[in-house]
Amino acid sequence: MSTTAEQATGLGAQELARVRADFPILTRQVNGKDLVYLDWGATSQKPECVIDAEQDFYLTTNAAVHRGAHALAEEATAAFEDARAVVARLVGVDDDEIVWTSNATAAINLVAYGISNATAGRGGAEAARFALAPGDELVVTELEHHANLVPWQELAARTGAVLRFIPATDEGRLDLSVLDEVVTDRARVVAVTHASNVTGAVTDLAPIVARAHAVGAIVVLDACQSVPNMPVDLHALDVDFAAFSGHKMLGPTGIGVLYGRRELLAALPPVTTGGSMVEIVTMETTTYAAPPQKFEAGTQMVAQTVGLRAAAQFLDDLGMAGVAEQERVLTQQLLDGLAAIPHVRVLGPLTATDRLGVVAFEVAGVHPHDVGQVLDADGIAVRVGHHCAQPIHRRLGVASSTRASVGIATTPQDIETFLHALAGVRAYFGVED
Amino acid sequence: MSHLEQLYQQVILDHARERHGEGLIEVDGAAMAGESFQVNPTCGDEVTLRLRLAPSPDGGAPVLEDLGWEGVGCSISRASLSILTDLVVGKDVREVDGLAEDFRALMGNRGVSLGDEREDRLEDGAALVGVAKFPARIKCALLGWMALRDATAKALVIGPS
Ligand SMILES: Cc1ncc(COP(=O)(O)O)c(C=O)c1O
Repeated sequence: MSTTAEQATGLGAQELARVRADFPILTRQVNGKDLVYLDWGATSQKPECVIDAEQDFYLTTNAAVHRGAHALAEEATAAFEDARAVVARLVGVDDDEIVWTSNATAAINLVAYGISNATAGRGGAEAARFALAPGDELVVTELEHHANLVPWQELAARTGAVLRFIPATDEGRLDLSVLDEVVTDRARVVAVTHASNVTGAVTDLAPIVARAHAVGAIVVLDACQSVPNMPVDLHALDVDFAAFSGHKMLGPTGIGVLYGRRELLAALPPVTTGGSMVEIVTMETTTYAAPPQKFEAGTQMVAQTVGLRAAAQFLDDLGMAGVAEQERVLTQQLLDGLAAIPHVRVLGPLTATDRLGVVAFEVAGVHPHDVGQVLDADGIAVRVGHHCAQPIHRRLGVASSTRASVGIATTPQDIETFLHALAGVRAYFGVED
Repeated sequence: MSHLEQLYQQVILDHARERHGEGLIEVDGAAMAGESFQVNPTCGDEVTLRLRLAPSPDGGAPVLEDLGWEGVGCSISRASLSILTDLVVGKDVREVDGLAEDFRALMGNRGVSLGDEREDRLEDGAALVGVAKFPARIKCALLGWMALRDATAKALVIGPS
């Protein structure tokens, strides 16, 4: 339902007001001012239905899942699996292709360590397809969040594989002119972000996936920023694995998602082992459950999955095409407003086309920490620092930046308030024009 | 004073603009020299601080003869380094230790004054009292002092550069 034409007009003022009213936290004050929350890219705020779903679960249903036959255990298991189905539907995949993890970082590490285990000979003949040999290549990009970079550096160090990267352009997009040179026939993994959490650039995935598959590499997609803000159909994108976090898509913390193509999840060796992920255990050996349970060892975060179910349903009800259009308009307002403030340089594309509303920028002569502090005094929450993406900052010639990011409940007034406050920052610090 | 003005007192803004001690000093041939590089991992800020000690003329603790620093950082970290330069150059390392202890105490005091005597010793540094109300910024103010402690220790242990 998320791609019908009439929804692609955004939400409209009335519906936006209704959506906003679903977020209790947005009515609070900070430093005596109405909160203006522009840090959705770091973590989203939660609508009441998500908070209620998690609370109701504890009030009425709480039990461990996939264990025991009492009524609560059955209801909890049903809720847990129903959450999987709702999340799967939101991103266009099948239920058994969704693995619960604690966050996106854990999901990416699961793939990297699974490949490690395959390289160490675990997982039998099926897993041999993942095994790396010295000189095999792992490809990342210069836009990656550390979560989709460091695990691959570590995998390379453990296996003797070579890490290569697709560079970024001055505009903060991927430079696909060198795609064929970087992704060679030694490539085994291409790990790429769907949208940068610094420049907001949405990746043109089709050529990357085509090239990766042509040389026999798997594609691991970091979908952390895309899933909360635009329609994402992972089957249509034809990626092999994808990771995203519940807390960035209106859901609770402590829950993340790994998508894996069915046959790949079947072949990938487990990483965390123990209870709940097994078939038969003797004192000597163990056989493993089918995916996704194979990757879900130990007592699961059931309440968080129930909260995430409510979040995914909330997004699906709004329609992701409408959400994306709504945010595109706000992003353009933000970009235009920043362009009109002297001595502010946006890191990333200057129009909202193929770009999300995570907008990092530099204020000449004022350190991001100081920018963020002055905005906070006006109740405006933005992120400052390197946003866990040092390489792209270095590439764009700065150590850190200030980042404003919009979300589903952001209003045009939020953007105006932010722009007005930002315009006064250089004067506050007495920086000369 | 507003919340923000407690953090950014005028003295601090002045030090952040007109910074004392910026630029590394030459230590070639010095009897006791040390250098320290510190980063604040949350924001990627960096400082390199280099200093030279001289033996005390009267046989006491060595004297911090000169120091210089360079780096990228926010107004708080740079103002703190500028103030630190004014405070410690010319003092012996035992006095410097005492000042560092006072400063750390100030940062741990949630914005409450340490009393006139100790704050007078910290001179302009006392203006950073408001930083302690902003937990995320305490590290900024301490970055230079961490570099100072490390560089001094190196100069005392390792000796000539
Ligand atoms: C693009 C991107 N990838 C990965 C992550 C890591 O997500 P998490 O910290 O929830 O594991 C984030 C968020 O911090 C992100 O923005």
